[in-house]
Amino acid sequence: MAVSSVTSMAALPQDALSGPRVFSGRGWLVFAGVVITVAGGVPLFNLALPADSALHLPDYLVPLLGKFACYALVALAMDLIWGYAGILSLGHGVFFALGGYFMGMHLNQVAAQAGLYRTAFPPFMEFLQRDSLPWFWTGFGHPVWALAMVLVVPGVFAFGFGYLAFRSRIRGVYFSIITQALTYAMMLLFFLNEAGLGGNNGLTDFKILLGFPLQEPATRAALFSVTVLCVAAAYVLCRYLVRAKIGRILIGLRDAESRLMFVGYNPLHYKLFIWTLSAVLCAIAGALYVPQVGIINPGELQPANSIEMAIWVAVGGRGTLLGAMLGALAVNGAKSWLTAAYPDLWLFFLAAVFIAVTLWLPGGLLSLVTRRRGGKA
Amino acid sequence: MRLPGWLQNRAPVGPSADLAHRLETGRGVVLYMESVSVSFDGFKALNDLSVYVDEGELRCIIGPNGAGKSTMMDVITGKTRPDTGSVWFGQTLDCLRREPWEIAAAGIGRKFQKPTVFEQLSVFENLEVAMQADKRVRASLFAQPTAAQHRQLDEILHLIGLTPERGRLAGLLSHGQKQWLEIGMLLMQNPRVLLVDEPVAGMTPGEVERTAELLNALAGKHSVIVVEHDMAFVRAIARKVTVLHQGSVLAEGSMDQVQADPRVQEVYLGEAMA
Ligand SMILES: Nc1ncnc2c1ncn2[C@@H]1O[C@H](COP(=O)(O)OP(=O)(O)O)[C@@H](O)[C@H]1O
Ligand SMILES: [Mg+2]
Repeated sequence: MAVSSVTSMAALPQDALSGPRVFSGRGWLVFAGVVITVAGGVPLFNLALPADSALHLPDYLVPLLGKFACYALVALAMDLIWGYAGILSLGHGVFFALGGYFMGMHLNQVAAQAGLYRTAFPPFMEFLQRDSLPWFWTGFGHPVWALAMVLVVPGVFAFGFGYLAFRSRIRGVYFSIITQALTYAMMLLFFLNEAGLGGNNGLTDFKILLGFPLQEPATRAALFSVTVLCVAAAYVLCRYLVRAKIGRILIGLRDAESRLMFVGYNPLHYKLFIWTLSAVLCAIAGALYVPQVGIINPGELQPANSIEMAIWVAVGGRGTLLGAMLGALAVNGAKSWLTAAYPDLWLFFLAAVFIAVTLWLPGGLLSLVTRRRGGKA
Repeated sequence: MRLPGWLQNRAPVGPSADLAHRLETGRGVVLYMESVSVSFDGFKALNDLSVYVDEGELRCIIGPNGAGKSTMMDVITGKTRPDTGSVWFGQTLDCLRREPWEIAAAGIGRKFQKPTVFEQLSVFENLEVAMQADKRVRASLFAQPTAAQHRQLDEILHLIGLTPERGRLAGLLSHGQKQWLEIGMLLMQNPRVLLVDEPVAGMTPGEVERTAELLNALAGKHSVIVVEHDMAFVRAIARKVTVLHQGSVLAEGSMDQVQADPRVQEVYLGEAMA
């Protein structure tokens, strides 16, 4: 240590700080290429090829792939809050379901107002002994209002919940347990017929979205492409965040919160920011998911659903954005196949994979790729 | 004192009339602790402790294990709230009414007893996170270090001898290097007061010597308060020594004065002071 010579040294070039914020020029090209290939390829192979072609993508696969894309978005949201900020939420199903329900309300209202149901109300109203919709359905016939609700309500709810929890210094496993309790309580609430959201049947029988019939293959293909574009936009946003100074602060929050506090950061503000953003991303995923699967019900709020979201990220590689998305795709791909082929085995398989990754592959599936390449993702 | 903007906007909470008088007369004093008591479940970790530190002073705090040295730093930095007493930084900042991040931003930096760095960040990134700046969320979203800040980063890296390790993960550093990195992180905050808790624990003799050099070089520009057990080290840096025992000051003065004090000898049973 040369205490005596405190002269300034020539600044070394090429620091993480001065590098490009999202991608290098070539990185942007690769990224755009992947997005265009996926968002364009699926509609192309589904719509443009004749049904008897060997390369034709069957209609039933398009919404399935769309569902996977939604899960990839959820994984990004989970990774921000858990992989980077170190806050394990086991209640992200709440935000996913809120986004999904708002979209469901919109789709129900649009069809009801277009006279596509037997009554002037969404179908679930038929067995409720009421002759008007609950007050909070007001405005949901309008897409802008519905979109605003998808973004604002989960955001405000997450902010309020996070404020109470983080301000009380609830962290670690206690926070995880509280979020589990939250999703369980929400599930019970949404099961009630009196809640005015379709009770245990939830909302279904959707017809049109923005004027396009949802049963049409072209609409479904377009929905898939829009979902992929949303995931791509979220990825760019997340990548910006984790490469900006705030990304390093979040890692500091995760690994040494008190150190961060004593260099002058208020952890509460950072936790609230990333928690709320993560919740909103998850709500967007839920809203995109519902028109593609055609139903939203309280089952989405089961505690196990939220736990699965964390497992996707753990399996793919927490703390890496690509890893998180890879985990969502791999686990759900396996789930689609296993639940059809060996439905009884799925939960055992999931548990086994989770344990195996925790024990032998702490960096997740992505570390298999990056380890071989010998570099960082 | 230069406070960040968000602190300046608040109405300053002034010291009590009695204290204000002494704050005014005691020019050059940067940190006041007066009659501070802390108890944990009835056990008095600090007992009516008063310590005053001058601007630019290098002060050593010694005392047996459990004397309350780390607790004293906890009180100054807002981690522990005392039962009674007052703690003032400069003339206007009441440490007992501020949150830890406010106290840090106002200019009190702290190194923990157990070295704490961000292990998953590189050495360079550790310093960047610590760097004096607007530390609110919005600023952190768009922050782009200026040329001057880059220069400061390089200087501090050089000062703590970690220039060759700048890109290395902090978790991979040796124990002594982590201690230096943490000191570097304090310096990045441009603090007026540095609280350094046991900086040479686990260091090799060569590292201890260089740490003494470093702290000596910092005194004058900053007020430095060092808690240490290593008597050779204390002897190498100390100008004024405060001996803490059972939560209060047992003796204060130069190293020789303190060592000659029979009460101090009794506490240390002679051996450690040899
Ligand atoms: N959070 C705490 N809860 C209970 N006791 C504590 C706490 N922090 C410190 N103590 C006790 O206070 C005394 C002083 O501790 P400390 O300030 O760490 O001593 P040292 O002078 O060795 O740094 C010790 O007896 C310690 O056990
Ligand atoms: Mg101690």
